[in-house]
Amino acid sequence: MKRLKSPLATLLLAAAAAMAIPAAAQDLGYTTSQPLMLPHDIFFGTAAGVATNSKGNVFVYTRNGEPTVSLGGSRAFAHGGSSLYEFAPDGKFIRQIGKQVYGFLAAQAVRVDKSDNIWVVDRYSSMVMKFDPQGRIVMLLGRKPESVDIPSSPDTGRGNPPGSGQQSDLFQSPTDVAWDASGNIFVADGIGNARIAKFTRDGVFVKSWGSRGTADGQFKIAHGIAVDAGGNVYVADRGNNRIQVFDNDGNFKSNITSGGDPAAICITPGAHQYLFSSNSNPVNDLDHGGEIIKLELNGTVVGKFGQAGKGPRDFGTVTGIDCRNPNALYVAEFGNWRVTKVDLH
Amino acid sequence: MKAYLAATAAVSLLLSTVSAFAQVAATAASTAPDLAYEAVPGFFKTPAGDTMGELQGVATNSKGNIFAFFRGPQTRLWEFAPDGKFLKEIGKGFYGFLFAHSVRVDAQDNIWTVDEGTNVITKFDPTGTKVLMVIGHRPSQADGPYATPKGPNPPDEKYTLCRPTDVAWDMQGNIFISDGYCNNRVVKYDKNGRFLAENGGAAPGKGDNQYNLPHGLQVDHAGNVYVADRGNARYVVLDNNLKWKTTYNQYGSAWSDCISEGPHQYLFVSNSNPNGNAPGSWKIGGQIYKMELDGTVIGKFGHAGKLAPGFQVVHMMDCRNPNQIIVGEIESWRMQKFVLKGSK
Repeated sequence: MKRLKSPLATLLLAAAAAMAIPAAAQDLGYTTSQPLMLPHDIFFGTAAGVATNSKGNVFVYTRNGEPTVSLGGSRAFAHGGSSLYEFAPDGKFIRQIGKQVYGFLAAQAVRVDKSDNIWVVDRYSSMVMKFDPQGRIVMLLGRKPESVDIPSSPDTGRGNPPGSGQQSDLFQSPTDVAWDASGNIFVADGIGNARIAKFTRDGVFVKSWGSRGTADGQFKIAHGIAVDAGGNVYVADRGNNRIQVFDNDGNFKSNITSGGDPAAICITPGAHQYLFSSNSNPVNDLDHGGEIIKLELNGTVVGKFGQAGKGPRDFGTVTGIDCRNPNALYVAEFGNWRVTKVDLH
Repeated sequence: MKAYLAATAAVSLLLSTVSAFAQVAATAASTAPDLAYEAVPGFFKTPAGDTMGELQGVATNSKGNIFAFFRGPQTRLWEFAPDGKFLKEIGKGFYGFLFAHSVRVDAQDNIWTVDEGTNVITKFDPTGTKVLMVIGHRPSQADGPYATPKGPNPPDEKYTLCRPTDVAWDMQGNIFISDGYCNNRVVKYDKNGRFLAENGGAAPGKGDNQYNLPHGLQVDHAGNVYVADRGNARYVVLDNNLKWKTTYNQYGSAWSDCISEGPHQYLFVSNSNPNGNAPGSWKIGGQIYKMELDGTVIGKFGHAGKLAPGFQVVHMMDCRNPNQIIVGEIESWRMQKFVLKGSK
């Protein structure tokens, strides 16, 4: 059941539906490589997120540590399990950032803002952590739960529609972060909750919207988020086979259904912005999907490339895309434990 | 209610599996000649102040280097020189290491580890410094506990393994995996990890095309697959497309198998003594058998025992050179080298 908010939305929906033919999309030429060189004693695990800064340095947030639950006297405490690495533009390893960080448990995403600050989203600590370009923590959103239940089960929220969460910065398995031109922060909160939370550039909570469902403005899993130059917010609505577009205040504008079932999205900078969407395969299925689709911001398909698999030109459950250079992407392959550079031509 | 039923099913599965592990005497024991052999005492020089744990996997590469995959405080992979000198540790703290089960080296000297804690099989390059491929998926701690599988995967799970046990390849580079403690199947993937075929699946069974804990496997030069069907105390031979061919039943408890290199290939199997070493078990378990690929016995060597050169639950053998057998043992936490005499 679709809940249409305005005649304009109806129009946009109809237009998007008419354009939704990714199967017939043109195949884009591409080459792949794995340029990131790890020290001999470090390996990627589940490669959850990848991002570049303005100098071309590459950041990878990966679940590669020893995830540990320690039994306390009366409670169990989770620690460790993920690492953040920085590489030079030529792929040389530079450093590990934030060793022993309290909130590094299960890597979900890393993004770099226009001032080269590094933002890390952790699914298990439910925190969004902002590091300055030198790698020092400058702002934290959310708080890591003091202890963990075994099994851990996501809170469905109290007193709100399922998944809408508290109107606060207490997240439940968040997935991604993005900013508009004036620095407002948008967090996709994500797996436990099904909402988008907006903060000012100083971390003051503004509002949140969304709940679990299939109607416009609702999410199955808000798995990725990106903001265009006009301040519109694009949410990868994984499970609902769409990218939802909102204005800067969270008012629903349109659905883009030509980007597959997105697990990761990215909007390029520059005068002409493109939207990349990964129709990522589930980790237990390498025989369907997996392609990445290049779109205009209005949902028109430019082309697609790749498919699910473990081979050199395949993708294994992409959960992070960096598209600072629209013709040289980095993708984090959650299922293949690798970060691949994709040159489009 | 549903959760209760699932738990009951899991317990009954566990019980049935345990009862299937009773030691089985090898009927070949009376006819197989004893092979002359020599143990090489103290061959492996472990680093001072460090120690190995339960030796689940042993393998050699084409240069004679030896790899040991074992369960210590962490699961670890060590490399030794051909003369037994310790060279280095590989993959320290690697996300695909949690509970070792097997290590094998392919024709290009890539090192493959099979980890039944993460359910991941990893292909390292020959230097052990680069991960080339992973098969299977390690669930995140954020997904909740996963150490105890709830039961078999659905049979149509092509890419999710459940406590896998071993890996092997044919001459074309196709990948064969014994999968394992809960799925009871053999899976074939192409060299890029794409699913091609499976045999067996889900519930354990005794029939043809069924397994009760496929615990190891090897592939000969013709592409036939030899599966150590541990719970059924037999070796199952499949063709390259995983079609059932025959079984070898006369070698006792089927823990592990190994096929040698060279123009004439031999099949080695271990009738490992059981965990616990109950009274009488050493009389009917412990030896390693050498046979032709068609199952014709050539001979046997070794015996159960706590002290070297006895065997304490042989978990895996390397037999790249059929006259030089390296043995990894679960109990006694050791790896031993043996030279077979007059067995050419």
